Amino acid sequence: MTQKYLIPLTAVFLLFLVAYAGAGAGLGWFFGIVFPYLAVIAFLVGFVIKVMGWARSAVPFRIPTTCGQQKSLPWIKQNRIDNPDTASGVFIRMLLEIFLFRSLFRNTKAAFNRNASNRITYSWEIFLWVAALAFHYAFLVVLLRHFRFFTSPVPSCVQFLEALDGIVQLGLPGLFLSGVVLPAAVLFLLARRLFDQKVRYISQGSDYFPLFLILGIAVTGIFMRYFTKVDIVAIKEMTMGLVTLSPTIPDGVASLFYGHLFLVSILFAYFPASKLMHLGGVFLSPTRNMANNTRAKRHVNPWNYDVPIHTYEQYEDHFRDKMIEAGLPVEKKE
Amino acid sequence: MADELTPDELLDKIDYATDSGNWLDTTKSVQIRPGMYCYAAKPESVETLGLPNARSWNPTEEDWKLPDNWQQIIHDGIKERLEKFRTFKIFMDVCVRCGACADKCHFFLGTGDPKNMPVLRAELLRSIYRNDFTTAGKILQKIPGGQRLGGNRPLTLDVLKEMWYYFFQCTECRRCSVFCPYGIDTAEITIMARELFNLLGLNIDWIATPVSNCYTTGNHLGIQPHAFKDMLDFFVEDIEDITGVDCTPNYQKKGADILFVTPSGDVFADPGTYTCQGYLILFKYLKEKYGLDVTWSTYASEGGNFGFFTSHETMKRLNAKMYYEAKRLGVKWILGGECGHMWRVIHQYMDTMNGPADFLEVPVNPITGTKFHNSASTKMVHITEFTADLIKHGKLELDKGRNANRIMTFHDSCNPARGMGLLDEPRYVINNVCDNFYEMPPNTIRENTFCCGSGAGLNAGENMELRMAGALPRATALKHVHEKYGVNTLGTICAIDRAALSTLCEYWVPEVEVAGIHELVGNALILPGEKERTEDLRMEPLPGCEEEE
Repeated sequence: MTQKYLIPLTAVFLLFLVAYAGAGAGLGWFFGIVFPYLAVIAFLVGFVIKVMGWARSAVPFRIPTTCGQQKSLPWIKQNRIDNPDTASGVFIRMLLEIFLFRSLFRNTKAAFNRNASNRITYSWEIFLWVAALAFHYAFLVVLLRHFRFFTSPVPSCVQFLEALDGIVQLGLPGLFLSGVVLPAAVLFLLARRLFDQKVRYISQGSDYFPLFLILGIAVTGIFMRYFTKVDIVAIKEMTMGLVTLSPTIPDGVASLFYGHLFLVSILFAYFPASKLMHLGGVFLSPTRNMANNTRAKRHVNPWNYDVPIHTYEQYEDHFRDKMIEAGLPVEKKE
Repeated sequence: MADELTPDELLDKIDYATDSGNWLDTTKSVQIRPGMYCYAAKPESVETLGLPNARSWNPTEEDWKLPDNWQQIIHDGIKERLEKFRTFKIFMDVCVRCGACADKCHFFLGTGDPKNMPVLRAELLRSIYRNDFTTAGKILQKIPGGQRLGGNRPLTLDVLKEMWYYFFQCTECRRCSVFCPYGIDTAEITIMARELFNLLGLNIDWIATPVSNCYTTGNHLGIQPHAFKDMLDFFVEDIEDITGVDCTPNYQKKGADILFVTPSGDVFADPGTYTCQGYLILFKYLKEKYGLDVTWSTYASEGGNFGFFTSHETMKRLNAKMYYEAKRLGVKWILGGECGHMWRVIHQYMDTMNGPADFLEVPVNPITGTKFHNSASTKMVHITEFTADLIKHGKLELDKGRNANRIMTFHDSCNPARGMGLLDEPRYVINNVCDNFYEMPPNTIRENTFCCGSGAGLNAGENMELRMAGALPRATALKHVHEKYGVNTLGTICAIDRAALSTLCEYWVPEVEVAGIHELVGNALILPGEKERTEDLRMEPLPGCEEEE
């Protein structure tokens, strides 16, 4: 059981060490140029293949999960968002789902208590939603902040985001909120997997690996910014080289950075083959992205085919005498 | 079996503590246990529709008499369905195992069996998918221990048996889907799994035999046309005794305004029979007052569709009768009775499968003039939509007092709630025929409603322990309103519910009775020319007419 998380943890640690030591041993070109390019290609190609694969599969039936009152009689108030019958309703439902994790927000915890009353009690379970939201948005902010390393001059929106992220103005270099929230949220999600008995039971190595990987990325990043104070000018020269397709390996780039970059590259390469593809899948989920109007508007199944049925004529042939005797109408009297 | 297990013993068995091991290691130890599984499909029932591998077999025996190439059949079956159903493909790929669904399943809450967590139920199949259909899975196969890291596994006989056991412990209620951040719908996964089982002839008899009956005799219970008429005649006599009015219905009447289709359970078993009498009274009233002509059909005498629990194709074959008969009779549109999964099939599948219904008219209630725009294409209206419209326009004369002894709550059936959104229509009807209505706690009604524990073909007799365990969340909510408000009647709009909830009540909350909504309508509706009623449809004294001691 422990190997479910020990192996991923060890793997992340080893991956870091490989890059850290490799860069020191003169393999900077591999970890700084070749692998990042391969990883980005793997990410793009893998992502596209996966999404195209989903898109290629048919949507034979319109089967949204309805979470509110349907549109029926004009005087009954419809829940236009949770049970949309129009494209605009679906759009709002999807926006809420994608940006606010609306379904997760509903989360309740049920517990059965074996006592005199034998009740099942329900409580609103908000922490998974909070942590999930914190994690995804902190990750997004961190990702967007990193555009500083891939643009010159740095666009004002990135600078604005940085200013916002550093609004607490604490310490020097200034503390980024995302740098606190991201690892905290990852640690919460990790703790949930390790200590919540049910979640622990359903967790696989492939659930722990991305968490450790992202934690590793965050920790190495934080280290470089706040503690070891790496040569940021050299790093930017390198990242600009990557993005302008004229890669160079400048002197003075810390081995720690290669470790960081390698873990990021691993994340990119691993992404399309993993559960992280929920990023793409959430847009395509047929129970959420379809309108509940199948009775009002015909939906066509692209592979619909004729099937043998038991016709009325066969039925009447079978039961004619009994039907006549019972006084039921028949097509043929004999 | 729960016949032998008292409620207290059943409650003592609930244990949410999972073992600390890897669930992948527990497959071999899964015991297909009496009380928890349904008997195997009889070969003759499988043969009726020409479905594969009809033979007699027993799930508890070692040899399931599978074809030699069964693994290949399942493999090809999965492959085909991944291409045909985007739901299936996405739901196999995107689960992050966040666990939000874990305690949403009535079977998990009632048994504590970790494999009844929706996520793990799906993982049983997903582990095969990952192993055999993904690049990562194929790479991990080559690394020692790799399969375990990804939670992947090859399809072995033990795995098949485990899947069979647990996919017949899911009632396709979709409650987990409400809470899933990606909308993963376990019902959809269960539907696929059951389709795959059917490729090997691994259906349960409680599904296969109703399917076979429905195909040839027109309804699940195999009631032949003359017997169907006899049963309704019997209700007509009862109603005449109670009201003094003859409510004889039309059968297969060509040129009638409306074809009415309802689950055959309502014709067959209490308390559904009282709901059926309610329909007869309503149609008589509409005929007398407004000249509306409604016809029944013995050929399309089944609203329910156990084909839905077999395969998409079987569902289509059974459902086809409704349009076929409507066309033959030349009615304007179809009215559907109170049923759960029947309405999921009608609402989300029927038009797509067997439409377009261009031989019917867009449903209009000729009495109120209301056009049912929400069924403009499928041309089938739910009876609570229909009745609510009549009441709203003041077209029904109702005496609520006749239901004054009923202190009501309402059980939203899974399919109308989460596959349709029919929530307020039945409540409106209840509130107009009855004065005392109390809702169960909000976590257990509307889109959060709990299954009766017997849906999706699991309302057999031999799996009673499973059913009563799955019924627990509904039962505790019911018990709550029973104790707090004195609720004595559980209203519902589903034929399976009427049977299953009655068993549930008897077991968990014996003081509560189950009633269909149109039973209450039938009691309240004042028929033209009726005598003074002293009894309700159950032939029990009406409030105020109790005999004095």
